[in-house]
Amino acid sequence: MPKQGAIGALGNLSSKRSAKYGMYLTAVIVLFALIILPPILGIALKWGSIAYVLGRRDLLSRSLIAVQNSFTIALLVSALGVIAGIPLAWVIARSKSKWIKIVDTLADIPFIVPTSVLGYSLLLFWSLPEGLSSLFESSIVSPGWLLIMLLHFTFSYPVIVRVVVGALLDYKREYENAARTLGAPPFVAARTVTFSVIKPSLIAAFILAFARSISETGATFIVAGAFENGPVFIQHMKESLSQGAITQAEYDGATVFTSFMLIIVALLIFLVIRIVGPKLKLPVKKIYPAVEGKLSYTKACLSRNIVTLLVFFLIVLVPSLFVARTAFSAILTDTFAESVSGSGIWGEYWQSLALSYILAGVVTLLNVLIGLPMAILIARKRLGSLFSAVLDLLVNVPLVVPSIALGVSLRGFWKETVAFAPEMLLLIFAHLAITYPYFVKSMSAAVERISIDMEDASRTLGAKPLIVFKTIVLPLTKYSILSGAIMVFTRSVSETGATIAVVSTLKTAPVVLVDWVTHPSQFTASQRGLGSGFLMFFSFLILLALRLAIREKGRY
Amino acid sequence: MPDVRVVNVSKRFGKVVALDNVSLHIKEHEYFSLLGPSGCGKTTLLRLIAGLIRPDQGEIYIGNRLVNDVPPEERDIGFVFQTFALFPHMNAWNNVTYGPRVKGFDMVKAETIGHEVLEMVKLHERLDAFPNELSGGMMQRIAVARALAAGAKLLLLDEPLGQLDAKVRADLRYEIRRMAKDLELTAIHVTHDQSEAMAISDRIAVMRKGKIIQVGTPNELYMEPASIFVAHFIGESNFLEGYALNSDNEGMLVELRKNVKVHAKRNNINSGQKVVLAVRPEIFSVEKEKKEEENVIPGVVERTTFEGTTIRYEVKLINQDLVVIVKPSMTEKWLKVGEQVFVSFPPEKAHVFLYPERGLKDEISVE
Repeated sequence: MPKQGAIGALGNLSSKRSAKYGMYLTAVIVLFALIILPPILGIALKWGSIAYVLGRRDLLSRSLIAVQNSFTIALLVSALGVIAGIPLAWVIARSKSKWIKIVDTLADIPFIVPTSVLGYSLLLFWSLPEGLSSLFESSIVSPGWLLIMLLHFTFSYPVIVRVVVGALLDYKREYENAARTLGAPPFVAARTVTFSVIKPSLIAAFILAFARSISETGATFIVAGAFENGPVFIQHMKESLSQGAITQAEYDGATVFTSFMLIIVALLIFLVIRIVGPKLKLPVKKIYPAVEGKLSYTKACLSRNIVTLLVFFLIVLVPSLFVARTAFSAILTDTFAESVSGSGIWGEYWQSLALSYILAGVVTLLNVLIGLPMAILIARKRLGSLFSAVLDLLVNVPLVVPSIALGVSLRGFWKETVAFAPEMLLLIFAHLAITYPYFVKSMSAAVERISIDMEDASRTLGAKPLIVFKTIVLPLTKYSILSGAIMVFTRSVSETGATIAVVSTLKTAPVVLVDWVTHPSQFTASQRGLGSGFLMFFSFLILLALRLAIREKGRY
Repeated sequence: MPDVRVVNVSKRFGKVVALDNVSLHIKEHEYFSLLGPSGCGKTTLLRLIAGLIRPDQGEIYIGNRLVNDVPPEERDIGFVFQTFALFPHMNAWNNVTYGPRVKGFDMVKAETIGHEVLEMVKLHERLDAFPNELSGGMMQRIAVARALAAGAKLLLLDEPLGQLDAKVRADLRYEIRRMAKDLELTAIHVTHDQSEAMAISDRIAVMRKGKIIQVGTPNELYMEPASIFVAHFIGESNFLEGYALNSDNEGMLVELRKNVKVHAKRNNINSGQKVVLAVRPEIFSVEKEKKEEENVIPGVVERTTFEGTTIRYEVKLINQDLVVIVKPSMTEKWLKVGEQVFVSFPPEKAHVFLYPERGLKDEISVE
C-alpha cells in the first residue's frame, strides 16, 4: 500500500458524506450569516428610527423623490444601453475584420476604470472648462440628471456589450441560417429569430445595467450637482449630520427609510422582470419584407456600423479616458514631485490607495474560499434541485440591492450586534456582500459547463471527491476563477457607496477622490487629475497582469 | 424545377482545403446524394449551394442563374439542417409558416400552405407543439415541412436523418424521397451513410478529401466502382494484392501471392504492374468439394459469424490472403471453423486497380 499523505487523508475524508455535507452546510451558513441576513436585520434593528423621518415632511419628500429619480434614471439608462449596446455587440461578434479586436478590447475600458475616476473624467469632458466646454465657452452638459445619465450609460454600456457578445457567440447560428434559407433577409432573421433566442441574455444585460445604475454612488455624487437620487441623498444626509443640520436620529431615519425604499422597489422591479421577462414575447409575427429587406444590406449596415462606432467612441470611450489628459499634464508640474514624496494631502491618498488594493485582495481571496463551495453546490444541485434554485436566487440579492443601502443596513446590523467590530472588518463584510454574487455566478456557470460525465469518469477510475476537484474541476475552471477574481477585484476597487455608508474614519481611494472632486476649492485640478490618474494606472496595471495570465486559455 | 451546376468550385477554411476544384451537375427533379466520410467537404458543398458560405473560386448555378453573389434568402431553396434548427421560441405552426410570412405572402396563402405541408408530413394535430415537445422524428418532419412551405424548388438536406434512431431513420428516408418526388423537387441530400444514399438516391456523388471521386447511380457505383476507395466505401470489398499478367479471352490474368493465378475483369493495366483485386464478399462461392470452375482457390474457414439474414465466413486462402465471404443464412448449408473449402469467383465481377502509390491502407482510410 502506498504511504498516505495529508492529501490522501483529506481525500478519504472527502468521501465521507458527513464531511461533504458539512462543507456545503458551512457554505449555506456563510451565505446567510454574512450576505443575506445582516442587511435585512440591519434594517429591522433600525426600523424604529423611521418615525423621525416621517415627522420631517421635507426630508420624507426629498427621500421619496430621490428614490423615484434613482429608478427613473436606471430604467432609462438600461433601456438606452441595451438599444445602443446591441449593434456594437453585433459588430464585435460577427465582424471578421482584425480591427474589430481592437474595438473589442477598447469596449472593456470604461468597465476597468474605477467609477469615481470615470465620474471625474466625464465631469471634465462634458462640464468643466478643460473639456468640450472650451470649444463652446459654456458648459455642454451641466452637473445634474443628464450628466448622471451619461455617466451611467458609460459604465453600463461595456457590461451590456459583453453580455450580448457572449450570447451571440454562444448562439447557434444554425437558427439564423435556417431563417435565411427560408427567405428572411438578415435584418428579419436577426429580429425574428436571433434576438428571440438570446432574449434571456438581453434581459440579463438589462438587469445588470439596472442594478449597476441604482447602486452607483461615488461617481454619481461627483456629477450630480444639486440633483438627488437615492445614494446622493444618503450622502447629503451624512454631510448634513456632520454639519449639524440634522440630528443623529433624523439621519438614521432618513438613511434607513431611503435604503428600505431602494431595496423594496429594487426587489419588486427585479421580481417583475424575472416573472414577466420570460413571458414577454418579442414582436416576431409581423414582418415588413420591403422595409426590412432594405435595412438588411450594405448601405444600411454601413450606416449602422458608423453610428454605432461613433456612439462608442464619442459618448463612451473618449469621455471615459479624458481624465488621462489632465493626469499627464499634472506630471509636468510640482504636484507630481509632491505626490511621489507623499507630502501634504498625498500621505492620506497613498494610504487610501493601499487600503483599496489590500481590501480588494482580501475580499477576492475570501470570495474564492467561500464562493467556490457555494458555486459547486448550485451548479451540481448537491442539496436537491429546489434548494439549489432557491440558493441561486438568494445569491443574486446583493446584486439587486443598491450598494449604499446595503452599506447602511450592514452598518446598522454590525454596529448594533457587535459594537466593537473594527471598521476594517465592516468594510470587508460590506465589500464581500457586494462582490459575492459576481464570483459565485461566474463560477457556477463555469462548473455547469463541465460535463458531469467527466467527474463520474474520474470517480469510476478511483478518484476521491477531493482528487476529482483537484484534477478535473480545478484545472478546467481555473481561468474562470481568475476571471471571477478580476471581476471581484475591479468591483471592490470601484466601490464607493457601501464604503461611505459603513465606515466613518477609513477612506478608500475612490472615497478620497470623491472628496477632492466635490470640494474643488480645497484641491487643485492637478491634484485631482493626478489622483485619478494614479488610481486608473494601478488598476490598469493589475488588470493587465491578470488578463495576460488568462489570455488565450480557452473558455474554461 | 432547377438543375444545379457547380463549376470548378474551391473553398478553403484557413489552411484546410475543404473543396478542391469541384464540378458537378445535378439534373432537375433528381434526388441526388453527396456521400463521403466526415470532413470530405460534402456539407461545405451543400452550404455553398445554399449560399450560407461563399466559394473562394468557381461558379454555382441554380437553373440558369449564377448565384455566387445571391444571398440564401433569394435562392428559392429549402434547407433541412442536421440539428433541424427549429426555432425554439415558435411552435410547429409558426415554424412552418415562417417562410411564407418572411417572403411576404398574404396571410390566407401562408396559412393554406402551412396546412398543406403539415398534412403532407402527417403532423397536423401537433401544430401547437413547441420543438422541445416533439420527438426526433416529429422534429425532422416539421423541419422538412418548414423547408417545403417556403415554396422551395430545390431541397437541400444536410444529414437530415443523422440524429434519429435506426428504425425511424429507415422509415423517414423513403418518406422524404416520396415528398420530393411528389412535389417534383430537385433534392440534394448529404449523408455519410452509404446504405441511406443507396436506398433513396437517383444518383450519388462520392466525395473524399474535398474532391468528387465518382458520380453514378447506386447500381453503377456498386457494380462498377471507379476506384479502390469507392469499392471499399460503397458496400464491402476484399482486396487481394498481386501483379498484372497478360489479358486473354477469359479476362485479365492476375498473379496473387505465392503464384496463385486468377482471372479478373479486363482492364487497360499493363502487365507487370502491381495491382489490387477487389471482390465483393457475396460474389464468392464456397464449396467443400472442388468443382470445375474458374478462379478456384483452396482455403480453410477461420471464423464464422451469424448475422441474422446472412452468415459471414473468414477464410484463409492457400496463399495466406484472408477473405470475407457472406452467404444467406437460411438457404445455404453452414460451414464449420477449420473446414477445408474451395473458394471461387467469376472473373467479370472482380475489379482490378493499380496498386495505390501511398499504399492500400491509406487509400481505403476514411480519416
